[in-house]
Amino acid sequence: MPARRPVYLNLLKIRLPLPGIVSIMHRASGALLFLLLPLLLYVLQQSLSSAQGFAEVRSWFLSPLAKLALLGVIWAYLHHFCMGLRYLALDLDIGVKLAQARFSAKLVLIVSIVLTLLIGVKIW
Amino acid sequence: MVNRVVSGAHYGLRDWLAQRVTAVVMALYTLFMVGYLLLQTPLDFVAWQGLFHSLPVRLASLLFVLSLFIHGWVGMRDIFMDYVHPTLIRLALHVAVILALVVYAAWAVQILWSGL
Repeated sequence: MPARRPVYLNLLKIRLPLPGIVSIMHRASGALLFLLLPLLLYVLQQSLSSAQGFAEVRSWFLSPLAKLALLGVIWAYLHHFCMGLRYLALDLDIGVKLAQARFSAKLVLIVSIVLTLLIGVKIW
Repeated sequence: MVNRVVSGAHYGLRDWLAQRVTAVVMALYTLFMVGYLLLQTPLDFVAWQGLFHSLPVRLASLLFVLSLFIHGWVGMRDIFMDYVHPTLIRLALHVAVILALVVYAAWAVQILWSGL
């Protein structure tokens, strides 16, 4: 019997392997960064406008909540960055075997979180 | 296996390549910026403005921003192609992304060259 098409998968029943999870996080972080572009451009504009503007930007990030939000953005950037390097390596046929691919997925997840935490320690 | 008749159209190779080339450009710029921020601590306005006053940094920043916008376009388009199936809505989203990115590009040029 031919399969009925299209096949709809139940996303709640699928257990995504780690490479799948970091992959969807790559997408989500990319989309988030795209949505934040106007905000980031505004911050850059303010910081370069004058000494006053620079001080103003600095004062925005004094509150813990703003620092946390900034760290969220930094994490998104770092995850996207590390994942991008992983994809570039995969394109070059580096680490395409299953075990290696799983390891590099774990590595990306851990490295980007550790770097985010290090930056967090620095800005706090 | 999808059987397609290869005619004059390109099948996404250009976008595939653009996504990677722009990624490498942005990665290099990011490493440069991180290196600068690590050496230049604490960062003050004079140093920050001085950095963006140099022409090579402005041009590199422009290259970064343009790469970012091409990269963002390909990425957002891929996301919409995968998840937004009604053609009209997808088309509207594509147009919105393109218009936003063109505006951002002009804005970025204005930011980078406003201090001249």
